[in-house]
Parts: sequence; structure tokens; C-alpha cells
Amino acid sequence: MKKRTGAEILLEALKKQGVEVVFGIPGGVMLHIFDEIYKSDLKFVLTRHEQGAAHAADGYARATGKVGVCLVTSGPGATNTITGIATAQMDSVPMVVITGQVVTQIIGTDAFQEADITGITRSISKHNYLVKDVEELPRVIAEAFHIAGSGRPGPVVVDLPKDVTTAQSDCCHPEKVKLRSYRPTYHGHPRQIKRAAEAIAAAKRPVIYAGGGVVISPRGATELGKMVRKADLPVAMTLMGLGCYDGTERRSLGMLGMHGTYCANMAVSACDLLIAVGARFDDRVTGDLNKFASHAKFIHIDIDPAAISKNVKIDIPIVGDAGNTLGELNKLLKGRKLAKWWQQIDNWRRKHPLGYKKQRGVIKPQQVVEEIDRLTKGQAIIATEVGQNQMWAAQFYLYQKPRQLLTSGGLGTMGYGFPAAIGAQFARPRATVINIAGDGSMQMNIQEMATAVEHKLPIKVAILNNNYLGMVRQWQEMFYGKRYSATSLAVAPDWVKLAEAYGGVGLRAKKPEDVPRVISEALRIKDRPVLMDFIVAPEEGVYPMVPPGGGLNEMILGGKK
Amino acid sequence: MKHTIAVQVENKSGVLSRVANLFSARGFNIDSLVVGETEDAAVSRMTIVLRGDDKVIEQVTKQLNKLIDVIKVTDLSSESFITRDLALIRVNAASSARARLLEIVQIFRARIVDISSKSVIIEITGNESKIEAMIDMLRSFGIQELVRTGEVAIARRGGNGGRLLAGR
Ligand SMILES: Cc1ncc(C[n+]2csc(CCOP(=O)(O)OP(=O)(O)O)c2C)c(N)n1
Ligand SMILES: [Mg+2]
Repeated sequence: MKKRTGAEILLEALKKQGVEVVFGIPGGVMLHIFDEIYKSDLKFVLTRHEQGAAHAADGYARATGKVGVCLVTSGPGATNTITGIATAQMDSVPMVVITGQVVTQIIGTDAFQEADITGITRSISKHNYLVKDVEELPRVIAEAFHIAGSGRPGPVVVDLPKDVTTAQSDCCHPEKVKLRSYRPTYHGHPRQIKRAAEAIAAAKRPVIYAGGGVVISPRGATELGKMVRKADLPVAMTLMGLGCYDGTERRSLGMLGMHGTYCANMAVSACDLLIAVGARFDDRVTGDLNKFASHAKFIHIDIDPAAISKNVKIDIPIVGDAGNTLGELNKLLKGRKLAKWWQQIDNWRRKHPLGYKKQRGVIKPQQVVEEIDRLTKGQAIIATEVGQNQMWAAQFYLYQKPRQLLTSGGLGTMGYGFPAAIGAQFARPRATVINIAGDGSMQMNIQEMATAVEHKLPIKVAILNNNYLGMVRQWQEMFYGKRYSATSLAVAPDWVKLAEAYGGVGLRAKKPEDVPRVISEALRIKDRPVLMDFIVAPEEGVYPMVPPGGGLNEMILGGKK
Repeated sequence: MKHTIAVQVENKSGVLSRVANLFSARGFNIDSLVVGETEDAAVSRMTIVLRGDDKVIEQVTKQLNKLIDVIKVTDLSSESFITRDLALIRVNAASSARARLLEIVQIFRARIVDISSKSVIIEITGNESKIEAMIDMLRSFGIQELVRTGEVAIARRGGNGGRLLAGR
């Protein structure tokens, strides 16, 4: 092959990987690469902050299942992506982050804009590389994409010194990746699957606990749906799992955990068999572990062996891809009805459905989410920020399909939603993409309004404006005697003017009757971002709530004001 | 319970720090960690001695195996295995004490590898308990400096010696 520079080789490699769009910001050590980008047909999206680039790549990846790519300069450019990398790692999002690095000869000398990014990202990435020789570059890029997208996905960092981007090589791109030390297990062990099928057939009160792994697995949702219908199983989903089973269906119990539904949490507490699929027994889900499904036998299907028996002892562990494993399991399951169990579950469901008190003249945040669901027919891609807005978006929008909800579950990153929505809109140009936001979180990556305006992205942002860091305020209200320490956001921008200042559209709703009109108006705008400022009840709380240290069946059901 | 784990890793830069990092990030405690080359130049082997119940060992193993550069993890303590630790000890050795010192060195089958007017350096190889016993004996002479390599270990049987915890 003819000699090319490292920068050219990188672009070839990205093309070979089928990369459609790259998010990032250039800098000194990246000039050579950006010069190649200028000459190529690669779509590069200039974000206004590297954190925005990382979350945008993440949002692109979550919306499609493909590997998201971000490209940033050395030193501060690289360190600005840290929150984005950690966010992706916690939620198993496939991403390749390419960072510039100072020339190899001066690495380690505290050179201008040098940061040891492989050292810094070691514990928050799936893997990372420092490329020291242009000859390695094709192999490293191929491995990075392979590792990011396979097994339990995650972010991979590739650190690229400037001299490697200018050095020449005639090296070729590998057709296959060979890694003797990395071979994820995709197929569950038949004997374990048989044991699981027997346990399901014998159970009287089984419940499925489905997590993000079902969303990630290509056949996950389809096979889960088949299993649920065949064996008449109730499905409780984690925040990351929402959409893996249609939330409008009767057999969906909604979300479980700290802010889960009464019926999901009661069903899990009372079940005799818990079938965990692609979930990891996170403390926000289980509450007090000693009280978690304490009468149940546990089946756990997960592609990551390290997730199994990490927090609870599992009776029937199965390492494998969710879709493949459920597919095999479905072959062994017989059709049955669980009428008695369903009767009990439906009683719980009727007794304490999700709800909120309406208040005359005041917008309740839950109403905004319900209206968004109604007016988008439950078909929108919803990104969320973190806090109360995130929980209401999880409770009151009924996700019907996988990859509809983009939310930072593991790390809980405020500022995630808006740039993630940008990434998702690039991935799905015709979809309605809405970021359900808080007034606090939205200020953490507001600069990306410029990115959205530049690319005429019709993203909608619905700010549930409560003038507070609401979720923290709620804890202070409940557990700290209403001492609202550092949670007031009384000094805030005029969101409508702010949106307009960026060249977007700003809308405001102050009364409940304004809500549908404002949302409908926003949905009609197709050529630029719209920011909707919903002035909501400032001290509304998220309920039900499992208090810290409590068991799932010890929920606080409603707020007393 | 004490476990001795053998970890085969790709001989690449950054691997040691990845492994060390994992232990600190996940709050596992290790007694010792030794790394060196093997019969295959592309593979290094770590011998890690750590304490913990079965649950801890299971997590350590799984997390180690999750690292891309880790090829194989084996729990040697599940079967019969040989361990060796090496210590170099400089002790006070006034001429009046030398005869007694020499006696101890002989009993432990250690060696004197350097000698000066006031001190000697003793080299001892063996398993942990032997070395501990020797150190105890030497204390009364006054230990000036002590260094240990940490344990290396090998299964007695070739091939599938030890319990393969992860990898293939
Ligand atoms: C980057 C970051 N900093 C701090 C927190 C802690 N935190 C969790 S929720 C929250 C409040 C969020 O406020 P807002 O965005 O207004 O959402 P609300 O809860 O009011 O809906 C804070 C500060 C966090 N999750 N992420
Ligand atoms: Mg708020």
C-alpha cells in the first residue's frame, strides 16, 4: 500500500468502521488530523465544550447501538471529556474517544497541554491505548471499535501523539481483530438455561427484573417480549431498561427501585423467583439488600460475569447475551397462566397507581411529562437531565421501544441530556427528540445551543423549572428539616431570552392550560432548537420513594406538604 | 483466608498499573504482587497474594479477567503449589555475635552474601513462614535493613495445575 500519514490512516480507519459523524473540538496537536478532515467527506460536528462532544457521541450510540466517536485535543480537551467517558462506562455505552497527545519525545516532561489521559481514564474506561508508532495505528483503531462495541460495551480511549499523526506508513488495515485475552461469552450454557426454565415453570410468583442489557442486546427486547407473553410473566424495569418491554402493555409493572412503582416494588418484594436480565442489582434498585426479594430464588442472565453475584448471591447464573439466552430459554418454556399472582399484582396496581395531586393554576411537572407523552404518541426519543426531572421522565412517559430513553443512570450526570439529545438527533434526523430537563442541569451544558442552532436541529428542551436543585432540595425537605442549603436557583437566566440569544426559539408556560399549547407549538418547529420554560410547582416531590436504607416494600407513597 | 493467584497478562506497557489500579479502585487489599517474564516473551505473569473470603476472591478474579490484557487467572491455593520468597537482610554483626549468626544462617539454609566489619548481609529463600521465622531470629542482633521480593508461586502439576478461575 502507498505511504500515508497517521492522520490519513486514522480517517481511512474511521471510514472502514462505518463512522458517520464525529463530535469534538480541535487544538494544537490535532491540526494535522483536522486538516485531513477538512479535505475529507467525514461529517465533523464542532461542539462548544468537549463534555458536550463526549455526551453527544454517547447519545448517538444509545440511540443507534453503534459506536459513538469523539475527537478532542490534548490536555484540557482530553480532561474535559472525563465526565462523558465515566458516564458511558457506568451505562455500558460503546464509544471511542480519540484524544490528541504531545509528541512522543516530550511525553512525561509536563509539556504544554500534556495530560496523562491513559492514566487518568484507566478506571473509567473499558480500555485505553497510547499509540506510540504509526504502524500500530490501524490495529489499535480496529481493536478500539471492537472492544467498545462488543461484549458489555463501553468507552475506549485512544491517545494519539502529534508525531504519530504526521509520521508516514504503508501499513494496511486489519480485516479481523485478534485478541486472545478478550472473548466475550454470547451464548448461555445450555445446562444453566435448562435449570432456569425449570425454575420458571415451578415458580408461583415469578417476576422479571430487566435492565439496560436487554436494550443493548440486538434481540433482547424481542425475545423478552416472547418470553413474557408465553409464560405470562410480569416485567419490572430499571431506569436503564425502560422501553425494553412496552410500558403501555398490561404486563409491564413500570420501573422498580427507589422511585419505582408501588406494584413493581411490591411484586419484587413478594416474588418467589426473580429473573434478572441485563441488570446489575444497583443500590438504587435494590434498597436494603437484606430485604430485597428475600423469599426469592435468583436467576441472573448477564454478558458480564463480574456483574453476577457481585451484590447478591445468585442461584442460577447464566453468562451470555440477553437476546440469545432468552431465545434459547423460550424454546424450553411452556405456555402458562399465572392468574392468582396477577390478581395480587393488579390489586397493588389499583391500590397505588402512579399519580400526583393537581393544583389549580399551578403546573405540576408530572403533567408536563404526561402531555409530552400524549402529544408525541409515546414515540419520541427522550433524553433527560438528572434529578427530579429524570425521575418524572421515567415515571410518566411510557416508553414503548428500546433506545427511546437516553439517561445517565449509573453516574447520574447533570448536563448529560442536552448534548445527548444532539447526538441522538444526528443519528435519527427525522425523529422527535426531546430533552426533559431541570433548570439546574440545563445550565451545565447550555453552550451546546449554538451547536444545535448551527446544525438546525429541531431538538425540544422541556425545562421543568422549579427554581431549585430540586432532587437535593427534596432530600433536605425530607431528611434535613427543610434546611435548604445551597439548593435555591432563584437567580436564573430568562430562558426564553437565552434561547433567542442563541438563535433558537424560547416558549414559556405558566398555567396548566398553557402546557399542551406550548408543546404543540414546539413540535411544529422543524428548523431549530426550542426551549420550553415550564414554571412548575417549586416544591413538588418525586414519589413513591424508598427511603435510604429501606426495603423496597417500605415506600413512602406521597408527599405531605 | 489467604489466596495465591497467578495472573497471566499481555506483556505490554500499562498492564501493571491497570492491575494495581483495579485493586485500589475496588478496595481489595493485597499482601504482595510480583511480576516477571515467563517462558513466552509476550506474556508476563503476576503472582498476587491476597486475603479474603470466597466472595472477594470471586470478584477479584472476575474483575481481573475483565481487563482486556489479562489472559488467564488461576487460584493456586486450591491445589498443591510451591511458593518462594527471597529476602536480603543486613544485620549488625559485631565479632562477638558472628558465630551465633553463622549457626542460624546454617540452620535456615540461608547464605551470607556480603560482609563488613560491623554487619553482614544474609540472603534467604523459602516460603513465607520460613522467612518470617528467620527474621524473628535475627531481630535480637539488630536488623539494619530488610528487603523482600514478595511471593512467586507455581503449581506442582503442569498443564492444568491450580483451579482455573477465568480465561481459557
Ligand atoms: C454534575 C452533577 N453535579 C451534582 C449532582 C448532584 N445532584 C443530583 S440532582 C441535583 C439537582 C438537579 O437540579 P435540576 O437540574 O434543577 O433538576 P430537578 O431535580 O430540580 O428536576 C444535583 C445537584 C449531579 N447529579 N451531577
Ligand atoms: Mg430544578
